[in-house]
Amino acid sequence: MRTRTDLRWIWVIALAIALVLPWIFFDWKTSRHSGFVLTMLSEIGLMIVFALSFNMQMGQAGLLSFGHAVLFGLGGYTTAHALNAIRTSGIWFPLELVPLIGGMGGLAFGVVIGYIATKQRATAFAMITMGLSELVGAAALMFMTFFGGESGITTDRMIESSLVGASYSAPWQVYYLIVFWVFVSVALMWLHTQTPLGKMANAQRDNFERTQFVGYDPQLIRFWQFVVSGFFAGIAGSLYTIVYEIVTYDALAASKSANALLASYIGGVGGFFGPVLGATLVVLMQSGLSLLSNSWVLYIGVLFIVMVMYAPGGIVGLLGQHAPIARIGRLHELVLPYVRILVPALITVFGFVLLVELTSFVTIGATQGKKFKVGSLMIDAATAQPWMLAIGALLIGGLWLRLASRGFMRVWDGLIEEAKTLGGAAR
Amino acid sequence: MKSIYRAALAALAMILSVAVTPAGAQGTIKMAYTDPLSGAFAQVGDSNLKMWSYLIDYINAKGGAAGRKFELVPFDNKSQPADALLALKSATDQNMPFIVQCSGSNIAAALIEAIDKHNARNPDNRIIYINCGAVATELTNEKCSFWHFRFDLNVAQKAEVLVRALPKNITKVYLINQDYLFGQSVQRDVKTFLKQVRPDVQIVGDELIPLGKIQDFSPYITKVKASGAQALLSGNWGPDINLLLKAGFDAGVDLRYYTFYAHLAGGPTTIGPAGDGKVYSVMPNSENLPVEKGLKEADEFIQGFHKANPGMKFDFSSVGFRTILEYLQEAINKTGSVDPTKIAFALEGMKRKDLFNYDTMMRKEDHQVMMEYMVGQLSKGNKYDSEGTGLGWKVSAVVEAKDLMQPTTCMMKRPAK
Amino acid sequence: MEVFLVSLLNGLVYGMLLFMLASGLTLIFSMMGVLNFAHASAFMLGAYFAYSISLIAGFWVALFDAPILCGLLGAAIERFGLRRVHRNGHVAELLFTFGLAMVIEKVVQMSWGLLAVPYRIPAGLDFPLFSVYGTQFPAYRAFMLLISGLMFLAIWLALTRTRVGLVIQASLTHPEMARALGHDVPKVFTLVFASGMALAGLAGVIGGNYQTTSPSMAVTMGPIVFVVVVFGGLGSLLGCFIASLLMGLIQTFAVVLDYSAADLLANVGLTVTRSSPFGELLTMPLPRIGALLPYILLVLILWFRPRGLMGTRDT
Repeated sequence: MRTRTDLRWIWVIALAIALVLPWIFFDWKTSRHSGFVLTMLSEIGLMIVFALSFNMQMGQAGLLSFGHAVLFGLGGYTTAHALNAIRTSGIWFPLELVPLIGGMGGLAFGVVIGYIATKQRATAFAMITMGLSELVGAAALMFMTFFGGESGITTDRMIESSLVGASYSAPWQVYYLIVFWVFVSVALMWLHTQTPLGKMANAQRDNFERTQFVGYDPQLIRFWQFVVSGFFAGIAGSLYTIVYEIVTYDALAASKSANALLASYIGGVGGFFGPVLGATLVVLMQSGLSLLSNSWVLYIGVLFIVMVMYAPGGIVGLLGQHAPIARIGRLHELVLPYVRILVPALITVFGFVLLVELTSFVTIGATQGKKFKVGSLMIDAATAQPWMLAIGALLIGGLWLRLASRGFMRVWDGLIEEAKTLGGAAR
Repeated sequence: MKSIYRAALAALAMILSVAVTPAGAQGTIKMAYTDPLSGAFAQVGDSNLKMWSYLIDYINAKGGAAGRKFELVPFDNKSQPADALLALKSATDQNMPFIVQCSGSNIAAALIEAIDKHNARNPDNRIIYINCGAVATELTNEKCSFWHFRFDLNVAQKAEVLVRALPKNITKVYLINQDYLFGQSVQRDVKTFLKQVRPDVQIVGDELIPLGKIQDFSPYITKVKASGAQALLSGNWGPDINLLLKAGFDAGVDLRYYTFYAHLAGGPTTIGPAGDGKVYSVMPNSENLPVEKGLKEADEFIQGFHKANPGMKFDFSSVGFRTILEYLQEAINKTGSVDPTKIAFALEGMKRKDLFNYDTMMRKEDHQVMMEYMVGQLSKGNKYDSEGTGLGWKVSAVVEAKDLMQPTTCMMKRPAK
Repeated sequence: MEVFLVSLLNGLVYGMLLFMLASGLTLIFSMMGVLNFAHASAFMLGAYFAYSISLIAGFWVALFDAPILCGLLGAAIERFGLRRVHRNGHVAELLFTFGLAMVIEKVVQMSWGLLAVPYRIPAGLDFPLFSVYGTQFPAYRAFMLLISGLMFLAIWLALTRTRVGLVIQASLTHPEMARALGHDVPKVFTLVFASGMALAGLAGVIGGNYQTTSPSMAVTMGPIVFVVVVFGGLGSLLGCFIASLLMGLIQTFAVVLDYSAADLLANVGLTVTRSSPFGELLTMPLPRIGALLPYILLVLILWFRPRGLMGTRDT
């Protein structure tokens, strides 16, 4: 059985990569870390924790929440107030343990909100969270004392109390703190799935009537699962406050909740690690893509729709479908078919992106003073050529893709059949 | 499996970081510009970018500064402070001396704090924050900073302009503002200045509305009418002012509307012909100002923008940003370097005449610019109309910088020279 | 009295607009279980289509054509998108419409620009109809009431007097049974989805020039429509009607009632000021939170009565 030991190695490899990553982007000339890269990696880290905590509700307990960012944001506000209190009162409280305060904040609010929301399940639950999200979002603008209104609450992470003696003035110190907390949180959340509460959450998601027959109250299960996920959302919010040293009302907003939803779904809600991949991809797309194109919202939306339609299990689901074939050792037979669909797929994507960028340029970006550049190639959107190229690539690529995918599916189905007959017994 | 994806992530991030570092001309003076370029407020950043690019071309044609040209590098902040801070990190990574931001006091507050901390922690990699439009009064009072320079009037000053321009025959006013920090500041400041400057005016109503949520303002108009007010004063922006004005016109009530933001892009279009003569707005300039003052160069400069951007319908409202570039040009030329610390010391206290021939000054105590402001009246029969509606902003009153020198509570910490 | 009457009229107009939007969503939600996030996007598209059409052919042509365009779009979405996603469950359908809403918003921005477009009330309807105590009531508002009333009548007739309508009614409350009885439920689904989107488009045509037509329309109207649908209850068009009017009136009247919780407490002898604990919350006057009342009501009704006002099934 390759599972257990291999999984443990993955954790170690991931940790090693996370520790080494900042040095890949180190600017050797000025001997400075890239603040941008470190902040973005920190953002990925805390989004991973946030998305995983969201998936505790959605993937594991079947609770689709539209207001998860409320717990995230409230954890962040709690941390900001705590940090400010620590500064003024002079109490010694190491920065390394501050995320726990955020977690407790998320937990406390999770109890209050969860009590209201988990009374229902499925759609009613989603609607309640939507209503509460709107309410808290509006309240954040109106009430000054806790939320600080529009400019939010600012804080300073350099509270001069640390377990390891770091001052956290440099971004790389903050980054390593984030890495530490991300790994701890992910490990704890993974362990949670192995606990009775975690298992029963799955049970009530799959069949809540049967759960009652077995002797558990589904409502209590939902409530406790919500509260625990609130704890981790609070930790994520706390990390956010530590990185940015400010928390504002947009940390609670519906769009933040939507991010968690996107990240989890794209990564895959079925397994545990799906949201990790999804969060990474979504943050890269949002922060990275937005530097290259103003239409990043469109790309994320289209990616989302495509995934929902063709790969509802997310990236992890897609990968998981290969497992039976891998087990019978015939994975390499898919390489050629994949290449055969990769080429038309790339052409189609190229055509689509070019079309979107051209349209966007003409209607929005034209007089932004930007010139339409790909690398160093200037493109004049007024001529017909780029348009023909785009539409042509889209159409030809699309048709070719349809043809190639039929061939691919034939090979795939054949392999799956073989996997079933050959490896069926072992599973 | 996971490790492969981690490696792919590293590769992707590497590619992106290369993409992010612009392969632009070495030796330009880079200004990072961050505003919403996508999402609900995208038109703000978008229209500003167009105007900035025209202005930068102008200042570069006038020689740039210290023999180098200016270059604007845009960063989309999606109206979120976290993204603006990310943009700041990118700017400091590339040693840009300036970061410019125009929209959103929440983002401005975040930037001020972050820059203060960054400049203190990294004295060899400092950056100056040029604020071209975040108007919260605290930014040059309680939250002031040596590294922050505001080139637009703050809320308190704009409120004073509005109150000073109120005609003598208006004695009953109603206040409607948005229920958040900015709107509450407008409410507070307008009341203060009414008491100071126009004690004869009676405030017959005073409301705060939830931000961006009201679709139907007719109930509010009903209340305004019942109170007997002659003028409605409002700091609302976006749909909150457009829908408010619409409701007022629909109900046919006899009101004058004194606003902060009815002139923003899209405003005159939505107000339409029904607003003729009724709507006033506080603005730094209007396209008709040079006509009324007989300033040929300014008039041609503004119309030059429209010639260069024929597709753009809205007013060249940010033409005043030229003053910012002229300040920077003078500061850089005087110090002969692009070192933020030296430039900051050169900027404070600087005095210049702007393109409308008014005196302006960057006050040393709080880094708040003192400049003239006008109140425009949307009306027919002006040389230039807005957005093809036939209605243009006529100059109803101008308040000069010397009348707007309000006291400040700023106690900024200055670095060593 | 003047304030009451004017607010009543305005509340009715707003409520009927909400009903136009919410009725389509109730039908879709009740029948197909799909929480259509793209519904408010159809509202937005209806307004934009009407704007463009009215530039070429005038308002009355737009009134007819724009909803049809939205309906066709809805049919295409259902046939080629939603139907495929249906087998993956309700959550997948919801997420599909969610992604669709994102894409539509961006496409609108790319096609018509980022700013609001000058979609105006047609000159023929732009006059004051009558005056209530000196406040004018524009003829266009009466027109809105007329159209929404006609629409309600048309839906009611279609559902109760036509064969397809009866099948729809049956599918509203017992979808599996209707299918078991042999009705072509997928085709009915397409019809309902298309009709729902067409209704939202019609609401957009009417409402777009009443409010402002901008790319953020969908995001502003979206949440309140969900509130109305859930509050009214699944499976009941009448419930939706009542909920819409209720929400419209509540939001309108909340603005004119200048009381706060502190005033209530003062009546029983407790003085609350801004500095008392929770002072900020208790001294908040009703108009400031008027727009939030629907969400409070939503949470309350889901707590006490999850099937909504007149719902026939649990949400």
